[in-house]
Amino acid sequence: MTTPVNKPKRPEESLFKRLTRQQLFIPFAALALLVLFNLIADPSFFAVSIRENSLGNPVLSGHIISVLDNASELVLLAIGMTLVTASSGGQDISVGATMAIAGSVILRMVCGGQASADTMQMPLVLAVLIGIGVTMCFGAFNGALVAYLNIQPMVATLIMFTAGRSIAAWINNNQLPIINDLAFKYAGTFLPGIPVPTPIFITAFMIALFWLILKFTNLGLYTQSVGINPHSSRLNGIDPQKVKLLTYVILGVCVAVAGFMRVSRSGSINYSRIAENIEMDAILAVALGGNALSGGRFNIYGSILGAYIIQFLTTTLYKYEVPSTALPAYKAVVVILLVVFSSPVVREKLVSLKKAPAKAAKEAT
Amino acid sequence: MKKILSVLLTAVLVLSLAACGGSPAPAPAPAPTPSSDAGSSTPAPAPAPAGNELITVGVINNDPNESGYRTANDAAMRATFTEANGYKATFYNNNDAAQQIATAQQMVQDEVDFLLLSPASTTGWDTVLKDAQAAGTQVILFDRMLEADESMYVAAVVSDMPAEGKTAVDWLAAQGLSEYNIIHIQGHMGSDAQLGRTGALDEKVAAEDNWNYVIQQTADWDEATAKTIVESVIDKKFNVIYAENNGMARGAVAALDAKGIKHGKGQDVIVMGFDSDKWAFEEVLAGRWNYMGLCNPLQADTVDQIIKDLVAGKAPAQKIIYTPEQGFDCDTLTQADVDKYGT
Repeated sequence: MTTPVNKPKRPEESLFKRLTRQQLFIPFAALALLVLFNLIADPSFFAVSIRENSLGNPVLSGHIISVLDNASELVLLAIGMTLVTASSGGQDISVGATMAIAGSVILRMVCGGQASADTMQMPLVLAVLIGIGVTMCFGAFNGALVAYLNIQPMVATLIMFTAGRSIAAWINNNQLPIINDLAFKYAGTFLPGIPVPTPIFITAFMIALFWLILKFTNLGLYTQSVGINPHSSRLNGIDPQKVKLLTYVILGVCVAVAGFMRVSRSGSINYSRIAENIEMDAILAVALGGNALSGGRFNIYGSILGAYIIQFLTTTLYKYEVPSTALPAYKAVVVILLVVFSSPVVREKLVSLKKAPAKAAKEAT
Repeated sequence: MKKILSVLLTAVLVLSLAACGGSPAPAPAPAPTPSSDAGSSTPAPAPAPAGNELITVGVINNDPNESGYRTANDAAMRATFTEANGYKATFYNNNDAAQQIATAQQMVQDEVDFLLLSPASTTGWDTVLKDAQAAGTQVILFDRMLEADESMYVAAVVSDMPAEGKTAVDWLAAQGLSEYNIIHIQGHMGSDAQLGRTGALDEKVAAEDNWNYVIQQTADWDEATAKTIVESVIDKKFNVIYAENNGMARGAVAALDAKGIKHGKGQDVIVMGFDSDKWAFEEVLAGRWNYMGLCNPLQADTVDQIIKDLVAGKAPAQKIIYTPEQGFDCDTLTQADVDKYGT
């Protein structure tokens, strides 16, 4: 995991100050807090055991595996959302609805338009590619509104946020299709003989893919420069509109893969409940990663970490039997702490607080 | 830029309205009924359509994508209230009671003959019901009840949720387990279905020493949340999963399957679901689940009959009609039942 290193290293800087300057300080601190809490309250949270599942395959089981498994969709969305945030200085709030569209398209393809199917009517890879294609189009629609018509991202994506789930239902003629083919569920559950949940592999693959893209292409640089100053980017030969559009299309790909994972967990879909409110978690993940929601510089690994933290928190709360209706309130507490601690005013205060006693100590000697 | 934005947003609004409205053609005004019956407690005589004139109905329902149950319910209503069947129907679907109320008001102003209502919330309907009575529009509730005096509607065709819960709990008690350690996954809190299905179980758990909750949590009808809830208590001792709809039961079973916990007929964990989905019936038939409480979504035919009777001048025999419902378990369910009740 990389960390930004563009800070002046003066010898008199305390370790604390250097740490708090790091963009990843907040997510790591949040994660450490959660880990610490669970270690003290009940270390069995981290226990991992191998059990045989109902198909006779040995599979890993434990809360920590749940966290890694269930965070998968959110991690993918957080990756795409970071790019969109960085380039356009706003967020796509339609990701949950477009996940429903992707899931609906893929199910329609593999069910061949029937209400239920026992075997896949189309090769899975093709169905997923079509799903990716469709959400790329929706991403391009959102992106075009933002890039070429200069509409506020939240307003532009409000259209798909409102209409997306109805479109998803319409794709399947308002039916709730069911696929009973076990092979369809491999992506959301386990591959035969492999004890690690497949979503973890898919997520790892996507993270690696984006690591490569950011390392070997100019995407990261272009996205940042457009987000910081579109006019000077243009003067430097970067087309800000194209870059913005591109980030929305990339988010579309992430959304499709996330939607595919979600429907392959159960082999079915419920248009109004699938991935409900996930857009808020995705935005929270970006913020938790220390990224400015107003765009510009970004750290994609911070967002990924943020997504895992959110799932870690959710799983922890479920483990302690907090009513699920109360979960949003707990997340709100996290948001408040986050916003307060990442505000420049508080950070400066913290640093100077730490400095004062150190200075006093120095003078005393 | 602002202009473009506002034009665009307006276009979206108009489009969405057109999409939601379905058949937005204004209902032909029926002969206005004399105002003498406004405010009277007996239902107004139906504005009998002359000859082969269509009966206008406004149907207010919940979002068909909410669950398999609602999809079936909505589809049946749309299949029944057609022009071929003598109706001119306007449909509106929304899970937001405020939107439902606004649309109902509009339908009353359009002077529909009958307003068919599946309210998203049980309160807030007083004005609409009064206006309807004044305008001579007759209100028939289907699927869900609301809080109002019985005189405000002519009939209600609804599911008896407390009875559904009681049937299920009685069935569970008849299994004669020495100890009941229950994972209870609830639906959307405060909904008719959740209150009825939770009520019976709560009572039993409070009354019996060997009935305990391992966890009682709402998954808000969501499958993925149900799975997470079961995962969070998977290492505890439990032998019953009581999920308040089939989707959540499936989520729970997915969590069991991943840990290799045996469930279903004669196995370690009893799985119980509700509603009418065909796939869930098949799970019970295959013995992977133990019980499904049928919640019959097909009220359309009964409502149709009531309207035809009213138009013919015959009042319904009883005000509240409960749809026939029963519980099915893996020992007695037959393929014939699946074909008959599965949706």
